[in-house]
Amino acid sequence: MSGLLTLSAVSVAYGERAALDAVDLAVAEHETVCVLGPSGSGKSTLLRAVAGLTPVDAGTVLLDGRDQAGVPTHRRGVGLMFQDHQLFPQRDVGGNIAFGLRVRGVARAEARRRVAELLDLVGLPGAERRAVSALSGGEQQRVALARALAPRPRLLMLDEPLGQLDRDLRERLVVELRQLFRALGTTVLAVTHDQGEAFALADRVVVMREGRVAQSGTPVEVWRRPADAFVARFLGFRNVAEATVRAAEPVADTPWGPVPVAPGTPRGRRRLLIRPSGVRLAAEGAARAVVRGRTFRGDHVLLLLEPERGPALEAACALVDAPAEGAKVGLAFDAADVVTLPGD
Amino acid sequence: MRRGGRRGVAVRLALLAVPLAFFALFFAYPVAAITGRGLRADGAWQLSRALDVLTAPGIGDVLWFTLWQAAASTALTLALGLPGAYVFARLDFPGKRLLHAVVTVPFVLPTVVTGAAFLALLGRGGLLDERWGIRLDDGVWAILLAHAFFNYAVVVRTVGGLWAQLDPRQEEAARVLGAGRFAAWRRVTLPALAPSVAAAGLLVFLFTFTSFGVIQILGGPRYATLEVEIYRRTAQLLDLPTAAVLTLLQLALVAALLGAHALITRRAESALALTDPAGNAARPRGGAQWALLGGTLAVIALLLLLPLAVLVERSLSVDGGYGLAHYRALAGTESGTFVVAPWEAIGTSLRYAAVATAIALAVGGLAAAALTRRAARFTRGFDALLMLPLGTSAVTVGFGFLIALDEPPLDLRSSWILVPLAQALVGVPFVVRVLLPVLRAVDERLREAAAVLGASPLRAWREVDLPLVRRALLVAAGFAFAVSLGEFGATVFIARADAPTLPVAVARLLGRAGELNYGQAMALSTVLMLVCALTLLALESLRPAAWRGGRGGRGEWVV
Repeated sequence: MSGLLTLSAVSVAYGERAALDAVDLAVAEHETVCVLGPSGSGKSTLLRAVAGLTPVDAGTVLLDGRDQAGVPTHRRGVGLMFQDHQLFPQRDVGGNIAFGLRVRGVARAEARRRVAELLDLVGLPGAERRAVSALSGGEQQRVALARALAPRPRLLMLDEPLGQLDRDLRERLVVELRQLFRALGTTVLAVTHDQGEAFALADRVVVMREGRVAQSGTPVEVWRRPADAFVARFLGFRNVAEATVRAAEPVADTPWGPVPVAPGTPRGRRRLLIRPSGVRLAAEGAARAVVRGRTFRGDHVLLLLEPERGPALEAACALVDAPAEGAKVGLAFDAADVVTLPGD
Repeated sequence: MRRGGRRGVAVRLALLAVPLAFFALFFAYPVAAITGRGLRADGAWQLSRALDVLTAPGIGDVLWFTLWQAAASTALTLALGLPGAYVFARLDFPGKRLLHAVVTVPFVLPTVVTGAAFLALLGRGGLLDERWGIRLDDGVWAILLAHAFFNYAVVVRTVGGLWAQLDPRQEEAARVLGAGRFAAWRRVTLPALAPSVAAAGLLVFLFTFTSFGVIQILGGPRYATLEVEIYRRTAQLLDLPTAAVLTLLQLALVAALLGAHALITRRAESALALTDPAGNAARPRGGAQWALLGGTLAVIALLLLLPLAVLVERSLSVDGGYGLAHYRALAGTESGTFVVAPWEAIGTSLRYAAVATAIALAVGGLAAAALTRRAARFTRGFDALLMLPLGTSAVTVGFGFLIALDEPPLDLRSSWILVPLAQALVGVPFVVRVLLPVLRAVDERLREAAAVLGASPLRAWREVDLPLVRRALLVAAGFAFAVSLGEFGATVFIARADAPTLPVAVARLLGRAGELNYGQAMALSTVLMLVCALTLLALESLRPAAWRGGRGGRGEWVV
């Protein structure tokens, strides 16, 4: 794939610690890619390396096929929205947004027109003269976005774009952002630790772990088939265990007992993920468990189960069917929600 | 985080080149030249002279006096200043901001004026002498009080500045955990303040250790600090070898003090919970707080305001009545003390100080820009090095200028620029000290944001740093201006007879007998005081806004 951005074997080390370890990554034009990972996984360093804010120790960063080694930040033509926005405190909203235009020598009238246009776009029409210190978190975020978009960067990078906002605003903005990027045809590379945000925003998700790419794929692919136990756990799945797939029949022996798997699953030692929706409560079952906790999740209840054998299990069940804490239940497993993790 | 790499180092070195060249040429070279002249004879170093000088009978006394008067002055200043620091940090009362500015006036006042003011209060024919026949100018008390007078602000502003920013909730947390009011203060606030108290104390010690103008006027023939002795040896006895040894001795002691100061301030900067000072002060409550407020106001009135008021009163006092005769006399040359009318010294002083300020801003600004990024090992020592001129014998520098900068390619002996250069030398440390905390408080990521938006490093500096530090720059300029205006030790050597500065003119007038000379000295001192006070009050009105810019920085000047 000839991407707008191509990283080949990029490594960055802070002292002894490798923040990026031979990372390969490509972003095609008009694509929105979200890098997902826990804090310390090297996500922010990735953006800094692309922007030229952090020097690369090994590997190459190509933008439009051109090697960026030795190209200073201000000549790379990329945009970066910082995690805490970093709006210039001494300038008003208009001055912040016009900054990138001014340093490029865009005429005053033209810049003013563009600022107004962008403020319309981010839903803050007429806010040019407002002081940035008087803005709410959500408004600051919009101004930061408008400022990053103003010089029409060929690649827009977002560092935890919605990280500091409250949940309601976040869910609204993520939809708006996606529509905006679609409409503008912007190429976006975002990093976040919030899987919901990543899945809602991205065409493609890249999961990082300790400076390496653990998995890359569409949100659906990653969600349905996590590459390994780390990705599965990071996505919030707890029912991961060692298992042996039998040779004769599509059944795996797990710490919880025999679990059906999809036909054609290769036999031998495997790691299995059982999604909570794949753990069914049954009156009778091979395995039995005690309900230790219940978490209300809106349309369903997540049960924390303590089985007679094996580690704790999570099960999703409908609101009306949810047993009380302390209840004894039987367990059954649904092969459709059992995934073998290929990476382990 | 590592960034910039080799190019960053190159840029920093380039920025440092100008300040380094400035200090090499106008500080290190003259000082080396004059000490070299003193210690070399027949083409060989005469190091045995050093031993002779140090063991000479009078010198031990001078050294002893220098040390103990500095220690006593420091103790007195801390005793008077620490309650003041508390009052300004934690109490809210009407007129606080004006008073805060007033307290600082003595610090930027030329030492010659301080001396003159205390002479007018405590000396022969002074206020106390007239009323009650009390004279303190023949004891050491006048010196100690004058030192406390001009260093009071150092304690109030460095300690109080930090105290105001200490989060009171820390103490509240200790109270909630079961500590009594005093125990909470002792275990939480005191340890946080201790380094800044030590730093302020060291600074006061440094300033009083190298005191010249005050002692020259108040010390009479009996008391001499190293600095005064160096002046006497150099200017009156032409005993260069002794002066050279004493200069080196003072330099070594000052370097040690500065090293200690740098260590302490670095510790002080680490890991304190700081907040916006605006919310931490409250109206006084309870007898103890009212007593502290009353005591502080009394100290300010008696120690700071009274001498200044007496100075003004003396300048207006003519033959038992009041009038402007002394001011009018400044316009003439009748007294024969000057080639030109003393009045002209005002214009000369302002011109020199303006040029000195420009030089100090350029040199200090570049140094501060280079030192902004922490951590670089090679810049660490430079930080302290910049303070060295403050503690070096100004007399040595002045005389060094005369003998070192007198031949091509640098023949400045007869050039007027010599005076502003010497004055800039003491202005630079203030510029760096004011600018550095503010520059360091500018978030590195703001510069990065500018870079990502397409601004080159220079453009980013202009667009991001400069607007944020503009006010600090003005404050720095004001301090540089005030200290340049008041510089005496070096200027007294190199100012030409037909172009004296205000402090030089004041000292010359005080050195002559006669009612008219004395009155004129008081009048000229009053003028000098007013110029300095006005500069300072103009700065003070800028200060609160500077707070908003330097987020998280220590907006109070930490000299």
